[in-house]
Amino acid sequence: MAQLNNGVAASVTQKQPLWLLAEVTYRCPLHCAFCYNPTDYDKHTKNELTTEQWISALRDARKMGAIQLGISGGEPLLRDDIEEIVAEAHKLGYYSNLITSGVGLTEKRIQAFKEGGLDHIQLSMHDVTEDISNFITNTRTFELKKKVAAMIKSHGYPMVLNVVIHRYNIDQVGKILEMAEALGADYVELANTQYYGWSLVNRDQLMPTREQLDRAEAATNAFRERVGNKMKVFFVVPDYFADRPKKCMNGWGEVFMIVTANGDVLPCHSARVLPGMTFPNVRENGLEWAWKESPAFTKYRGMEWMKEPCRSCDEKENDLGGCRCQSYLLSGDAEMADPVCTKSPNRHLIDEALVNSQNPLVREQPIIFRTDKNSKKYVEGDKERIAQFHALP
Amino acid sequence: MENNIQHADIYTIALHHRFQWEEAQQSYVILFPEGMVKLHGGAGEILKRVDGKASVGDIVADLKTTFPDAEDIESDILGMFDLAVGKAWLRKLN
Repeated sequence: MAQLNNGVAASVTQKQPLWLLAEVTYRCPLHCAFCYNPTDYDKHTKNELTTEQWISALRDARKMGAIQLGISGGEPLLRDDIEEIVAEAHKLGYYSNLITSGVGLTEKRIQAFKEGGLDHIQLSMHDVTEDISNFITNTRTFELKKKVAAMIKSHGYPMVLNVVIHRYNIDQVGKILEMAEALGADYVELANTQYYGWSLVNRDQLMPTREQLDRAEAATNAFRERVGNKMKVFFVVPDYFADRPKKCMNGWGEVFMIVTANGDVLPCHSARVLPGMTFPNVRENGLEWAWKESPAFTKYRGMEWMKEPCRSCDEKENDLGGCRCQSYLLSGDAEMADPVCTKSPNRHLIDEALVNSQNPLVREQPIIFRTDKNSKKYVEGDKERIAQFHALP
Repeated sequence: MENNIQHADIYTIALHHRFQWEEAQQSYVILFPEGMVKLHGGAGEILKRVDGKASVGDIVADLKTTFPDAEDIESDILGMFDLAVGKAWLRKLN
């Protein structure tokens, strides 16, 4: 699924939740090894918000200034009320985006989306080869995705393809772009895997080498030069290979607000991994309070929370110290500089991960696919694999 | 740059883009997949007149009438068209 932190370009001084991401369900027919969804998602699959609760959340967020709506998951099409949600979103004036694997998109449904005023569909693709696509999703969905791409095009939608990039497909980037061109894509997002949720569990297996990354960037640039403006290609750089962290979510509580399947209101996709925090929930709290006043949203908003080396850093406004979740997941300290930063005392954790991922013994460990069975293990407290990422250095 | 834009040209908002007033921001915006641009004052005034019927010349004349005190408004307007076409927010109809 998409990495959404490069989306909204706008002046944000008023701190409105311009982007509302509705993760309407965590159920999914795919089992992608790189999914950023929580590993314990299984506990949120039986208490999903109702249609009425979603519609009321859309209304409230719109009043607060939300304008871009992402309908995501899991696979949103596993719910049968997406048509209603889309139609309401259109009435409210959202620019609505359906973020889907394509599984469950039929002629009848896409027709209803069009009539309801859905603005665009973002389809995930995985590779040019059936083998790799089916392998990494742990399903046989490659041919279906190509059919869905054609359906999206034939209904006059802009075609936005999102391709999560990892070791197994990064060498195919040139061919992936050619496939996208052949399918008539208008936008392609090459989203290098960022390591949260399932992708963190499988980090050593998914991480490409720097040489692979350089070749992929060169292939992307060559493609851009050839096709020009006809197709926009975004290359989301993997932060482990950078010297400075990403400005995660454009800042905590700055422009993004996520409502999850069970109603939790989050400033980012993975915030629930942070210890000692209670997040608002639309069943009990108003969205306005959640955004403006809740302890969870105010905790890391701005720069007050920072400690050294961020506090006195002359670059702190560029990245706001990076990602709180990544800092916690790798170092055990949510308030430390993102370990990606070379000024962080924890940078060695990133460098070690880069080395480890090239260790043939580690690479051969089996991938843990995102399945209900595996998720139940995490819910039930089989935290063995997670614990190694929480461990302090 | 600005000589790319002719008075006779007719533009409309590009496919898959939407132009609308945003109450919460007190400004016009252009929306497109995964993004949004906020249009400050003058830019919004120009683009709200782009309707697939009015020519650039019509829009210049209209804005000159609406804002008689604004100086050298024409080059600003043509500059905005140039930017909007360059960013693919607008599509030329003729």
